[in-house]
Amino acid sequence: MRLFRFFHRFASPREFFRIAGSMIPWLAATTLLLLLIGLYLGLFVAPPDYQQGESYRIMFIHVPSAWMSLFVYMVMAGTAAIGLIWRIKLAHVIAMSSAPIGASFTFLALVTGSLWGKPMWGAWWVWDARLTSELILLFLYLGVMALYAAFEERRTAQRAAGILAIVGVINVPIIHYSVMWWNTLHQGPTVTKFDAPSIHPSMLAPLLIMSVAFMLFYAVVLLMRARWEVLDQEQRSNWVDDYLEQLSP
Amino acid sequence: MTAFTTIFRRDIKLALRHRSELINPLAFFVIVVSLFPLGLSADSRTLLQLAPAVLWISALLATMLSLESIFRSDYEDGSLEQLVLSDHPLFLIVLGKVTAHWCTTGLLLTLMSPALAISLAFPPQNLDILVWTLLLGTPTLSLIGSIGVALTVGLRRGGILLALLILPLYIPILIFGASAVDMSIDGLDVAGQLYLLAALFVLSLTLAPFATSAALRVTLE
Repeated sequence: MRLFRFFHRFASPREFFRIAGSMIPWLAATTLLLLLIGLYLGLFVAPPDYQQGESYRIMFIHVPSAWMSLFVYMVMAGTAAIGLIWRIKLAHVIAMSSAPIGASFTFLALVTGSLWGKPMWGAWWVWDARLTSELILLFLYLGVMALYAAFEERRTAQRAAGILAIVGVINVPIIHYSVMWWNTLHQGPTVTKFDAPSIHPSMLAPLLIMSVAFMLFYAVVLLMRARWEVLDQEQRSNWVDDYLEQLSP
Repeated sequence: MTAFTTIFRRDIKLALRHRSELINPLAFFVIVVSLFPLGLSADSRTLLQLAPAVLWISALLATMLSLESIFRSDYEDGSLEQLVLSDHPLFLIVLGKVTAHWCTTGLLLTLMSPALAISLAFPPQNLDILVWTLLLGTPTLSLIGSIGVALTVGLRRGGILLALLILPLYIPILIFGASAVDMSIDGLDVAGQLYLLAALFVLSLTLAPFATSAALRVTLE
């Protein structure tokens, strides 16, 4: 019951703005710390790969961003559904603030994959199943963002883009498996990915630390974006006036 | 069910009265398909290699460009709002409109496809697979497309945006449709792809009308 009350309070724009504001510095500091530890372990401590040499190290950025690209899409569709079903304004704000962050993670995963692919596969881009579904994921993000930007009225924009995000989340697995199927049909044996079940702990540790750091980074940026979105959305209410007066004496 | 049949009959009648709008997607289909030999070469081996993709992508684009006709004119004269406000289940109304749209575009494209396929040096004995894939795939295109149109109908310039929203969702259908035709030319068994196309059709038939109704309620309020 207390938990429910906490969420109820947290969902009110004013309380969200206050609580998020006090959480951001702590989260940001932890993110920075973990990023530094993860990068140090990944770039200096972890040994070079016996086949790929030093260039495998881009994995410590690439793999977490690829994971985040899917995770953020799930969060976006989930919060959009919550917003549509229970008509919670804040859920819509979270969903729409997630879209550009998720698109950035997807873009980062594509760029780092491409940079890694050039020395490893000898090509910047291969129509590999995973690459292609990541690219389509980026298109889905861009669609949600474009639809959100197209409406004048914020409420309509949030709900319309939310419906699109939910339709997209049903399609993500279908697209993924259809692309995998298409690729195996047309290209025969694809470029072998390192499907290593036993990754060495010295490489696994930085990867996991980086994943947690990326997750926290998402939380920080999301809260920052959502805060300003809430401020803009509630610009007619008294507490926003009070807050802005505090800022500029 | 009366809502479905009434809307279906009304939209078919309206489409038949606007003959030019009925013909436009078909003319587009013919022109786009005939651009490929002009841009590539008239060599029949090259054409045959590309024929499945050319036919499927052209049919897909023709469907996409005709999607606006599902809701656009009804939105502009206000009858769409009345339909949404009526006490008939909205998904039945949507289903009626989408079915009418498919009968006036997807079905006609499918019926025309054999003639165009022959012009691309397509082997006549494989025409049935081409027709089957289009027959199973184009209704799914109309159903998924209706979600996109419902989301963008309130916007003045929805055309490019509609393409951006809908084309990524069309990818699985394109993959299964074009690869089935491609493999049938090589003499392989394509039952798997046809089942998958049918599965996607049933899935979109059960889910898309609800998503479209929800989208209409959002954009019309």
